[in-house]
Amino acid sequence: MGIIKAIKLGFDYIKYGEDDKDNEKVRAIDGIDIDVEKGSVIAILGHNGSGKSTLAKHINALLLPSEGTMWVDGMDTKGEEDIWKIRQKAGMVFQNPDNQIVASVVEEDVGFGPENIGVPTKEIWERVDQALERVGMTKHRKKSPNRLSGGQKQRVAIAGVVAMRPDCIVLDESTAMLDPNGRKDVLDTVLDLNRKEGVTVIMITHYMEEVTRADFVYVMDSGKIVMQGTPREIFSQVEKLKSFHLDVPQITELAYELKKDGVDLPDGILTRDELVSALCGERTEE
Amino acid sequence: MLREITIGQYYPADSILHKLDPRVKFLGTIVYIVSLFLVKGFAGYALATVWLAALIILSKVPFKFMVKGMRTIFFVLIITMLFNLFLTPGETIWSFWILKVSKEGIIQAVRMGIRLTYLVIGSSLMTLTTTPNQLTDAMESLFSPLKVVHAPVHEISMMMSIALRFIPILMEETDKIMKAQIARGADFESGNFINRIRNMVPLLVPLFISAFRRANDLALAMEARCYHGGEGRTQMKPLHYAGRDYVAFVLLAAFLAACIVLHIFGGGWI
Repeated sequence: MGIIKAIKLGFDYIKYGEDDKDNEKVRAIDGIDIDVEKGSVIAILGHNGSGKSTLAKHINALLLPSEGTMWVDGMDTKGEEDIWKIRQKAGMVFQNPDNQIVASVVEEDVGFGPENIGVPTKEIWERVDQALERVGMTKHRKKSPNRLSGGQKQRVAIAGVVAMRPDCIVLDESTAMLDPNGRKDVLDTVLDLNRKEGVTVIMITHYMEEVTRADFVYVMDSGKIVMQGTPREIFSQVEKLKSFHLDVPQITELAYELKKDGVDLPDGILTRDELVSALCGERTEE
Repeated sequence: MLREITIGQYYPADSILHKLDPRVKFLGTIVYIVSLFLVKGFAGYALATVWLAALIILSKVPFKFMVKGMRTIFFVLIITMLFNLFLTPGETIWSFWILKVSKEGIIQAVRMGIRLTYLVIGSSLMTLTTTPNQLTDAMESLFSPLKVVHAPVHEISMMMSIALRFIPILMEETDKIMKAQIARGADFESGNFINRIRNMVPLLVPLFISAFRRANDLALAMEARCYHGGEGRTQMKPLHYAGRDYVAFVLLAAFLAACIVLHIFGGGWI
């Protein structure tokens, strides 16, 4: 069993109509089965309203399943007694950088999580120092979060999660509000954590470039998992992805169009280098 | 213009005032405010001025930061002074139509002006040298005896520190919404007082909606980081009194004593 495992996960919520009349039960996610290997990088892809954020909130026990079971490191999220342990194991970084920073000084915010789980003062400082170092924000530690850029704020939020020593970090569209540079910074930071400390990373995103960096991809549509596989396997199926209103990375799209027009190329090209070598390789053979 | 409020804005610097225990600064501010309403006479105000000037120099915070904070209460200050000037009964020295200026009125107005100015500078000196979190920690610690009667001391201090953290964000947001509404033809500047207030509605509605949305997000983020109230919580920066804090307490006591003495024996021409 992997670090995150879900079996037949379902979640309903009630959409209130006017005057409590047309109350409607909406199924946000339905029959989700996932099994995430410890130390891997997972991307969950889907357009707005596909249920991907709802799924993310289940990993952190912010939402509890109406149906099925979610295990985090072998602990059932429905078990009340484990809830704080689960939230410590699976940290979460949200979309809006401003709305998740609690304190007015960077280092105090990073210390917020450890304070909550009752870490002794001396160890909080060690953890804060390490976490800030990990995300490269040590020189900004005394600053107010308001003076940081979006990407820096998200790195502070990541440090706040790292200071709790999690086994898994869930990024719930954490790069959606950032500019390209900030996006790259945040992505590099979490991938570095994954490489050096073996932290499992789950990215909820709709940026295709981020998806290509993952080990495994789940594609969601109307609350169900509709595709899963490695990025290459997923992006080989351009037509199918488009039917879920999703794009493919630009390079993949270019390769796909070229192929459709008769150029002999393999499926699922993800990077520029791959495309160059595929095209040039073809030319040398001629 | 909205970003200029300095209350609740920490100014990072390396000074004795920054290093003082926030409890000392909190009590010190209260003592200072009390003393402002206690002192009488020229000597008393001179003492209050010297005390404030010394603290400003010690704080290493540029003076213009404090003056900026003053701008926002300038209006209140002027109104207060005018009321005092015209409505204090006494020996009339100048009159025009129904307005009468008395000698007592002038004295009272100057007094209120000085008091209010010093009060604002004094308290923004505290917020400029103390991070909001330290400040709320101080309040939590000073008011912790109230926990015995089940007062939610921790919760209140947490709410306050969050409110302080979001003031600049909401200010910026107000600015943004204002510009967006001006771009669509909203008018915030003309018309009489009532009209102007009515024109604030398209500003306040989106602001409130966004504030609630932020509150919701923040609550979720705090829960995700294992926040579950004050129970079993440790502190990253627990408060300990150091030598300098005891020195500060002694100085503060001496200042208060001097103010009381001046209150009893002081007089002079103001």
